[in-house]
Amino acid sequence: MAELSNQLMALTVLAYLAAMVCHAAEYAFGDRSHIGRAAARPARQLVGAGAPATEGPLVLVEGPADAEAAEPAEVAAEPAVVAEPSRNRGDLAGRIAVGFTVLAALLHLGTLVTRGVAADRMPWGNMYEFTLSVTFVGAATWLGLLSRRPGIRHLGLFVALALVVLLGANGLIAYTPVGPLVPALNSYWFIFHVSTIILSTGILLLGAVPAAMFLIKTGYDNGERRFPYPLGARVPAAETLERLTFRLHAFAFPLFTFGALIAGPLWAEASWGRYWGWDPKEVWAFISWIVYACYLHARATPSVKRTTATWIALLGFLTMLMNLFGVNLFFEGLHSYANAG
Amino acid sequence: MTVVEERPAPSAAPPPRRGNPVWALLRNSWRQLTSMRTALVLLFLLAVAAIPGSVLPQRSVNRENVAGYFRDHPDLAPVLDRLGGFDVYASPWFAAIYLLLFTSLVGCVVPRLADHVRALRTVPPDAPKRLDRLPQHASGQLADDPAAAAASVAAMLRRRRFRTRVRERDGGVWTVAAEKGYAKESGNLLFHFALLTVLVGVGFGHWYGWHGNRLLVQGADRGFCSLVPQFDESSLGPRVTPGDLPRFCLQLTDFTASFQDNGTPRSFRAAVVVEQDGTTANRTFTVNDPLRLDGANVYLLGHGYAPVLRYTDRYGQQQTKVVPFLPTDGMLTSEGVATFPDVNIDPKTNRRDSTLQVGFEGVYLPTVNPDGSPTSGFPAERAPRLFLTAYRGDLGVEAGLPGSVYALDRSQILSGELKQVSGTRPQTMKPGDAWILDDGTKLEFLGTRPFATVSVRYNPTQSLVLVGAVAGLLGLMLSLAGRRRRLWFRMSPLAGSEGAPAGTVMDAGGLPRTDYPGFGEEFARVVSTVRGDGGEKNEETA
Repeated sequence: MAELSNQLMALTVLAYLAAMVCHAAEYAFGDRSHIGRAAARPARQLVGAGAPATEGPLVLVEGPADAEAAEPAEVAAEPAVVAEPSRNRGDLAGRIAVGFTVLAALLHLGTLVTRGVAADRMPWGNMYEFTLSVTFVGAATWLGLLSRRPGIRHLGLFVALALVVLLGANGLIAYTPVGPLVPALNSYWFIFHVSTIILSTGILLLGAVPAAMFLIKTGYDNGERRFPYPLGARVPAAETLERLTFRLHAFAFPLFTFGALIAGPLWAEASWGRYWGWDPKEVWAFISWIVYACYLHARATPSVKRTTATWIALLGFLTMLMNLFGVNLFFEGLHSYANAG
Repeated sequence: MTVVEERPAPSAAPPPRRGNPVWALLRNSWRQLTSMRTALVLLFLLAVAAIPGSVLPQRSVNRENVAGYFRDHPDLAPVLDRLGGFDVYASPWFAAIYLLLFTSLVGCVVPRLADHVRALRTVPPDAPKRLDRLPQHASGQLADDPAAAAASVAAMLRRRRFRTRVRERDGGVWTVAAEKGYAKESGNLLFHFALLTVLVGVGFGHWYGWHGNRLLVQGADRGFCSLVPQFDESSLGPRVTPGDLPRFCLQLTDFTASFQDNGTPRSFRAAVVVEQDGTTANRTFTVNDPLRLDGANVYLLGHGYAPVLRYTDRYGQQQTKVVPFLPTDGMLTSEGVATFPDVNIDPKTNRRDSTLQVGFEGVYLPTVNPDGSPTSGFPAERAPRLFLTAYRGDLGVEAGLPGSVYALDRSQILSGELKQVSGTRPQTMKPGDAWILDDGTKLEFLGTRPFATVSVRYNPTQSLVLVGAVAGLLGLMLSLAGRRRRLWFRMSPLAGSEGAPAGTVMDAGGLPRTDYPGFGEEFARVVSTVRGDGGEKNEETA
C-alpha cells in the first residue's frame, strides 16, 4: 500500500505537470480568449443577461461608478459567453488542462488515502504527509472555485506551476517512509489542530496565486510590458483577482486562527504543559498570523492602496513557506516530528 | 464604492483657539498613535521583532542551547545578550512594541465602542431626498395606499432582521428606513477586546503562575513533594511565594514505555500514587493526558533508566544508590555518575578519609549494539550493559560549590585529587555482575529502575486566555462575514387619482456601508418581494 502511494504520488506530479503544459498551450495559442472578450463588454449590457428578470416600471441599473458591481456582472455573463461554440485550439487546451487537473487531484487524493491506509491513521504525521495534504487542499479549492467561476481558468497555469513545484520539492527533500505516530502526536487534538492548519495553509497558499496575478495584471493595465507583466495579458480582470484574493484569505484566516492559536495551544497545554512557548513553529505561525492580520486591516483601510495590501498578502505567503519548509529544515524545535526524512 | 456621508456636517467650525502647545503635541501624538497606519507599522514591527526569537536560542525554551551559543560565539553572544537576544519575548523592546500596539488598539476601539453603542441605540436615519443617487435604486407602483404599503414593507424587512423605522411625511408620504449588519462592527470590537483579554490573561498568568521540573525515579523511597527545594529546577512568577504552592506528594509506582521496531516510541504511561489533603490515590498519566491535580498539573516530559549500584567498602560496609542516567539520544544511550563520598570510614576512628572516596562515571546502554559502537541499539532493555570507569580520591563534594549530580568534578580529576583506578577500558557490567576493584572493594550492578521527568505547572489564567481566544475567533468571523447596509423606501400617493382606488408610487434605494459585492442581488430580491412578483413573496411569508 505504501508502495502504491509512492507510485500514485509520482503520477500526481506528472498529471499536474501535464495540466501545466496544457494551460501553457492555452496561454500560447489562445488569441484573445473568452475572458478577454467578456471583460471587454460594457458592464451595463452584461447586467441584463444575468440579473433577475425585470419587467414593468421596475428599473434596475448598476451604478456605473460602483466597482463592486462589476464582478457579479462578469460571473453572470460567463455562461452566455462560454455557450458560444468555441473552436480555437487555446480553448481546447484549456479544457484538457482542467481535465488533467481533475485527474491529478483524484490521483493526489488516492496518494493520501493509500498513505493513510498504509499507516493506519490520518496521513498528517510528518512534513511529507503534511505538504501532501496542504497541496491537495489547494488543488481541491482551486477546482471548487473553477467550477463556480469558469472565468478564472487562465490562473490554472500558475496554480499548476505552484503545485508541481511544491509537490516536487516535497518528494525530493521531505520524503519519509510510512510509520506510526510518535506518542506526542497520539491525541484527539491531532485531528483538530492538524486538519485546520492543513486546510487553512492550503487555502492561504492558493490565495497567493490570485494575489500575485493581481499585482501583475495591475502592472500590465498600467502599461508595464517588461517581464513578468506580459503574463497579465490574459488573466481575469484585476478587480476579480483582487476580490478572489481577499475571499480566500478572509475564509482561511479564521481557520488558521483556530488551528494555530486555539487548537494548537490547547494541545500544547496538554502535551507540553504550556499553551504557548515560543517554539520556532509557534513563532512563525505568530508571524504569519500577524502579517495576514496586517493584510486584512490594510485592505479594510480605504487610504491603503489595494496593491499595497496585496503585497502584504504575498509577504504572508512567504512567511507560510518559511514556516512550512524553513522552520522544519533550519531550526530545532518541539515540532520536530515535522522534520524532513 | 460610493460613500454617502449620512451624518450632518459639523454646524460651524469652532473658533480657532491657541491651545497649550504641550497639550497640542500630546493630542497630536495620541492621534498619530491611534491611527490605522501606525497600528499597521506596529503590527509589522511585532512580526519582525519575533524573528530573532526563532533564529537565536532562547533561555525560556532551551537553556543548554544558549550556553552552547555562548561557547560557539564568545564575542558575539554577550553583545546579543545585552540586547536581549536570548530573551526576545521578555525583552524591553519587544514589550515596547506590543504595549504601544495595544495602547494604539485601546485608543482606536474605545471610541469605536462608544460610537457603536450610540449607533445601536439610534434608529435608522430617514430616507435621503434623492434615492436615485444611491448605488442601488428602483421604483415601481403598488396597489396599496402608502401607509399600508409602508407597514407591509417594514414587516417584511423586520422578518429579514433589518432594524426598521416607518415615518410619516408631509403630503401623505411614508418612508421606511432599514439597516442591517451591525454584527460586523460588534464582531470587530469583540475581536479587539478579546485580544486585550488575552494580553491581560497572559500577563497575570506570568505573574501568578509557576512551574517546577523533577526527575522522579520509580519506587516508594524516591517520592517527592511539591516544595520548592524538592524540584530540580523551578521558576515562580513574580507574585508567587514558595508558600503558595499546593501541598501534594507523588511516587512513581510504574512506568511503561513501548517502542516500534525501529526504536521510535509508541506509548508512555506513568502510574503514580498521589497524596493530597490527607488522601492517597492511584493515578496514571501519559504524554497527552496530564495528571490534573488541585492547583497544579503534572506533565510527562521524558523518561530513562536509573541503574541500582551497591558498593561494598574495605570495611565490609554496603551502600546502595539508585542513580538516574540521563538519555543523550532517542535510543536512550544514557550518561551518569554514581558517587560514594561516605565510604571507607574506619569503624575505629569513625573518621572519613577524603582520599578514599569513590566515584563511578559511565554510560548505560539499554540494548548494547552488536557492532560494538558506544551507543544503544534500542530504547528498551533487551541487552542492557553498563560501562563504568572508577575513580578514587577526593570527590570535591565538601567544597560547598553546587556541582552537577550527573558528572564528576573535572577540576578534582585534573588536579589529581581524584584518580582513575580502573583500567584503560571501562568495565562492562550486566545486571547482577560484580566488579572487584584494585583495593578489594566491590561494586555490584543490581539492575535498573525506570524514571520519568515531570513538569509540575500552574497557570491561573489559562481559562481566561482560552475564553479570550475563542471570543476573538467568534468576533473575527462575525467581522469578516458581516455586511452593513441600509435600505430606504419612499411611498408616495399616486398623483392625480383623487377619489380613485388608492395607489402608491414606490421609490427604493440601497446603500452598502461595507464591501459587499452581493448587495445588488439582495436589493433586487427585496424590491421584487415588495412588488409582489415571482414566488419570492410566498417563500418569504411561508
